Amino acid sequence: MTLLFSLFLLTMLVIVAVAIVNSVNLFAAVILSGIFSLLMAANFFVLDAADVALTEAAVGAGVATVLFLGALALTGEHEREGPRGHFLHLFIAVATGAVLIYATFDNPVIGDPNAPVHQHVAPWYLENTPELIGIPNVVTAVLGSFRGFDTLGEVFVVFTAGIGVLSILGVRHTLVEITGAELDARQRSLRHHLIPRVVSRGMVPLILLFALYVQFHGEYSPGGGFQAGAIAAAAIILYCLVEGDDRGRELVPEWLLGLMLAGGAFLFGAVGVACMLLGGNFLDYSVLARTQTDGQHFGLLLIELGVGITVSGVLLTVFHAFARRASR
Amino acid sequence: MIYLPVVLALLVTMGLALARALLGPSLYDRVLAMNLFGTKTVLFLAAVAFLSGRPDFLDLALAYALINFIGVMAVLQFFQSRELRRQYETPRGER
Amino acid sequence: METAFDAISFVLMTLGGLCVFIGGLGVLRMPELFTRMHAASVTDTGGLGLVVLGLALQAGWSLALVKLAAILVFLFATSPTSAYALANAALLSGHRPEGAERLDEAAERGS
Repeated sequence: MTLLFSLFLLTMLVIVAVAIVNSVNLFAAVILSGIFSLLMAANFFVLDAADVALTEAAVGAGVATVLFLGALALTGEHEREGPRGHFLHLFIAVATGAVLIYATFDNPVIGDPNAPVHQHVAPWYLENTPELIGIPNVVTAVLGSFRGFDTLGEVFVVFTAGIGVLSILGVRHTLVEITGAELDARQRSLRHHLIPRVVSRGMVPLILLFALYVQFHGEYSPGGGFQAGAIAAAAIILYCLVEGDDRGRELVPEWLLGLMLAGGAFLFGAVGVACMLLGGNFLDYSVLARTQTDGQHFGLLLIELGVGITVSGVLLTVFHAFARRASR
Repeated sequence: MIYLPVVLALLVTMGLALARALLGPSLYDRVLAMNLFGTKTVLFLAAVAFLSGRPDFLDLALAYALINFIGVMAVLQFFQSRELRRQYETPRGER
Repeated sequence: METAFDAISFVLMTLGGLCVFIGGLGVLRMPELFTRMHAASVTDTGGLGLVVLGLALQAGWSLALVKLAAILVFLFATSPTSAYALANAALLSGHRPEGAERLDEAAERGS
C-alpha cells in the first residue's frame, strides 16, 4: 500500500522537478515549486513522519510561495539566458553525485529492523521517554529535551536569517512619494474585492486559533513551535494581503516584530540559564519544578513558545521587508 | 479496503491537475491547477490518515486546507500589483 | 451496524472519488480557462462533501469528527472564494471567455 502511494507520489515529484528546472517563466516555476512542496509533504506523510510533513506544508507550500512571489515582484519574471557549454561544471556535479550514491550502498536498507539505529538508538528513546519526560510525542521529546542544544542552534539560525534579510533589504528607507490615483490604487490591493476580503477576515482569527492549538498540542500530536510559528505568520500575511500592507503594519507594528524576533530566541536561552541557576545543567529542565516530568513539561512548553515566537516574527519581518520594497 | 478507490481516484486526479499545471498556456491555468492540487492533497491526507488507523493526523489536512487558501490569495495579490505596476509605470509624464 | 456504516461510507467515498476524478478530467480536457475553472470548483466542493461525509461515518463521535467538521466548514468557505477571486483576476487582466465577443456586440446594439 505504502509502496503504491510512494510510487505515484515520487513519479509526480520527478516530473515536477524536471519541469521546474526547464521552465523559463519564473512565475510558473514558483507555482510548480508550491506543488513540489505539497507532494513532498504527502510523501513524508505516507512514510509516517507527521511532524516533518506538517512543517513542510506550513513553510514550503504556504509561506515560501508568498515570499518567492514577493521576490518576483521586485525582480523580473523571466529567467535570463545564461552562457552555454559548462561541461566542467556538469562533470563535477555528476561525479559528486556518483560518489554519494556509491557511498549509500554501504547504508542499511531503509526500515531494516536489524540496522544499528533500530537496535540501539531508537529503542532507547522509545523506552525512556515515558519515564524521563512523560509525553506521548517522542519526536517533540527528542527535539526539545534530549537534543535541546540542536534546537537552540536552530532557533538562532532562524534569528540570524531574519537579521540577514533585514540588513540586506533595510529596516527603514525613504519611500518615494506616491500620490493621487496611484496611491489609492496601490493601497486598495485586494481591499475592493468584497468577497475574498470578508471571507479572509473571517478566516484569520480561526487560523490563529489553529496555530495556538498546534503550538500547545505539540507534545501530544504532530505539532510544535516551528509549525505553529509558520501557520501564525501565514495568518497575518493573509490579513496583510487582503487589507493592504499599511493596515497590516498597524496590526502588528515594527517594534513588536523586532521584539518577537529577538524575544523568542532570548526566551530559549533564558530557560537554559535559569536551569543552570537552579542547580542543574544548561537546558536540563528537570530542575524547573518539583518532579522531573513536571519540570520537563514546563521547560518544553517554554522553549516551544520561544521557537514559535521567533519563527513567526522572522517570517513576518521578511514578508514586510519584501512588500515594503515593492510598494515604493 | 474501503478507502482504496477514493485514494486511487485522488492520486489520479492529482496527476491530471499536474498535467494541467505543466501544459496550461496561461498563468491562471497553472494557478487553478495548484489550487486543485492543494484541495486534493487535503482529501488524500484525510483518507490516508484513516487508512493507516491514525485519525489524529487530521491536523495536517486541516493545516493544508488553510495554507492552500493563503497561497492562492497571495498569487492573486501578486497579479493585481503586477497589473497596477504595468498601468502606472508606462506613462512617464506623471512621475 | 458496523458493516452497514462501512458499506455507506464506501459508497459515499467512491462517489466522491468519482466526482473528483471527473473534475480532474474536465480540467485537462476543457477547451478554455473559464470552463476549466467551472469544472474544478464545482466538482471540488461536491467531492469534498461526499468524501468527508464518508470519513465522518467512520470516525464516530470523537475529536476526529470535530476536525473533519472543521475541514468541511473551512473548505466550503474558502474553495468557492478562491475560485471567485481567480475568475475575477483573470477577467480583470483581460482574459475573455470564448464567445464573449458576440455578447459584447449584442450589448452594444442595445438589445
